[in-house]
Amino acid sequence: MTASRLLVVATKSILKNKMRTLLTMLGIIIGVGAVIIMVAIGQGAQSRIAEQIQNLGTNMIVITAGTSSSGGVSRGSGSYNRLRVRDAELIAQESILLSGVTPVVTTFTQAVGGTGNWRTLINGVGVDYEYIRALTMFDGSFFNQRDVRQMKKVAVLGWTVAENLFPDGDGVGQQIRLRNVPFTIIGVLNPKGQTASGTDQDDQILAPYTTVQTRLRGRSFISQILVNTSNPNDIPAAEEEIAVLMRESHGLAAWEEDDFTVRNQTELAEAAQGTTEVMTLLLAAIASISLLVGGIGIMNIMLVSVTERTKEIGIRMAVGARGSDVLTQFLIESIVMSVFGGALGVLLGFGGSTLLSRFMGWGTEVAPDIVAIAIIFSAAVGIFFGFYPARKAAALNPIDALRYE
Amino acid sequence: MQKEKKTVIETSGITKIYSMGGTEVHALAGVDFQVDDGEFVAIIGASGSGKSTLMNIVGCLDYPSKGTYILDGVEVNKLERNALADIRNQKIGFIFQGFNLLARTSALENVELPLLYDRSGNKYNLKKRAREALEIVGLGDRADHHPNELSGGQQQRVAIARALVTDPSLLLADEPTGNLDSKTSVEVFGLFQELNAKGITIVVVTHERDVIHYVKRVVELKDGLLIRDELQTPRSAAEDLERIIAAEIDAENAAENTVVGADESAENLAEDVDEDVTVEIVKETPGGSTQDINELAV
Repeated sequence: MTASRLLVVATKSILKNKMRTLLTMLGIIIGVGAVIIMVAIGQGAQSRIAEQIQNLGTNMIVITAGTSSSGGVSRGSGSYNRLRVRDAELIAQESILLSGVTPVVTTFTQAVGGTGNWRTLINGVGVDYEYIRALTMFDGSFFNQRDVRQMKKVAVLGWTVAENLFPDGDGVGQQIRLRNVPFTIIGVLNPKGQTASGTDQDDQILAPYTTVQTRLRGRSFISQILVNTSNPNDIPAAEEEIAVLMRESHGLAAWEEDDFTVRNQTELAEAAQGTTEVMTLLLAAIASISLLVGGIGIMNIMLVSVTERTKEIGIRMAVGARGSDVLTQFLIESIVMSVFGGALGVLLGFGGSTLLSRFMGWGTEVAPDIVAIAIIFSAAVGIFFGFYPARKAAALNPIDALRYE
Repeated sequence: MQKEKKTVIETSGITKIYSMGGTEVHALAGVDFQVDDGEFVAIIGASGSGKSTLMNIVGCLDYPSKGTYILDGVEVNKLERNALADIRNQKIGFIFQGFNLLARTSALENVELPLLYDRSGNKYNLKKRAREALEIVGLGDRADHHPNELSGGQQQRVAIARALVTDPSLLLADEPTGNLDSKTSVEVFGLFQELNAKGITIVVVTHERDVIHYVKRVVELKDGLLIRDELQTPRSAAEDLERIIAAEIDAENAAENTVVGADESAENLAEDVDEDVTVEIVKETPGGSTQDINELAV
């Protein structure tokens, strides 16, 4: 028999018992639908987390002060701060791999201006900060190299600060006072939202580090240096380069330990990504069990069907069907059922994911590859669970099958 | 036998042994049996005589335990399963007592069935060929009916069409009239005679003595052995059918004042028909009410 004829025979045979076919397919429909919805939820979560990490700045490396210890007792991170602006300047000058370098000088203070006052974080940074942290301007502009060099008293407000001090959104061009020093607002940032740990990234004011250091802080040590590379693959090499430059800048002898710490975002990103991947896998595994159960349902029905249709098999063999014809017919019936069920399951998965994201507000993403996998897998289920009953049918002796009542 | 003709079936020393609960049962105990091209043979015998077993072996549905079976010059008992399936498809048309049609499948699709498994590679229009086969058995107008919408006689004719559709040289019928009333049985044998006249070799297994008058040769089996093999001049089933129909019409006319006779044997039937006695030949059978018969006769 040709393939198309076989397909016609199998389809006709399936359609002769619509209710049973539908019930058989239900297992596959639910199985595939569940896999797709679960993976969609998992991937939705994964991409949200990836987005948040992206928000922190890509390929970012953070250099912070090292630890010190006296008499074998460690004083913890940052206890031995020898980080200075000139370290950042040296790194910026000497580095080959880095595409952006900025010192970060932080202080907390009350900002006064507009409709009232607001206690917030002041970050004294260089111009590269905008690029390293992937900031975008809501209004106005970021300060430039000249502002930094000339220690201009200019400030860029985070969204939360701007909202509180200038609710009408007319902050740019106005003045605020930080520790009685007047700053001109030259820009407002677009909101970035919270970090994974819940810190509001918009509750800050940015100003040139030179200005912050001289006018607001008065100390020469800085809290951290942020750098980034243009390519994530460069990060390990860049970290080594930084270490070399830092040791040189601090004049450390070969036997002395690093008095700084270098960390990068990818570790954090990988950890978070890993967690959600495990989550997705777990969800998919649970959903796969229902697909397996659906497959067993198909095998069950096909086995019953072989017994029920023994006479039919006998008739087909008596008029000249070979064992292989009967085998293929039953196999194709099972595959057609499972693939069709799989296709319906994909529709269910799409529908379910859309409903979930619309009414529950969960971010879901139906990946095309999981749809393909689900369909291929359901076909495999059809072959796997259809083979045993089909072989049983094919092995029947024509005369026994004919006599079967 | 008849003229010098090609041998279609030739079995020698065929035995079939079934082991049932440790004891061996010899269903066939060495049968030498030969059928030439164009013959119309009835195999008779009591139940358990081995006639169905012989039929299944001749029909390539079963293997003999011992002995050789040559069909159309091919030693069939040495072939493997797939080759047997192809022979059943191409050379043999099988007709069963229980019709063995696929339920919930139209008459046309039932007749198409053997063509679906045709591996001869010949190109033809499946539907057209199936329709032609249905027309041969006079059911061209019932092609779309399902088996449960057809009478027993019509179902058996669909089965005959299915057996004919691959143009086999050999038609095998295992108790083809076992589930039919006597009039429909005569009809079926009339069809067999027509087909035989066209040159198709037919072998029928039956235990009904009524119908063996229509065949050219009678073979009797007893306890797995061939005990009788006789040629005879067949009666014409078509003529009998005409008489039966005429008798039925008369019987209907006379129904008010005549009691319909009880079961009559075929021998009586034959004699009675010759003597033009009309009423008593109507046999009382479940499907054979006068209305049904009239319907069929029209």
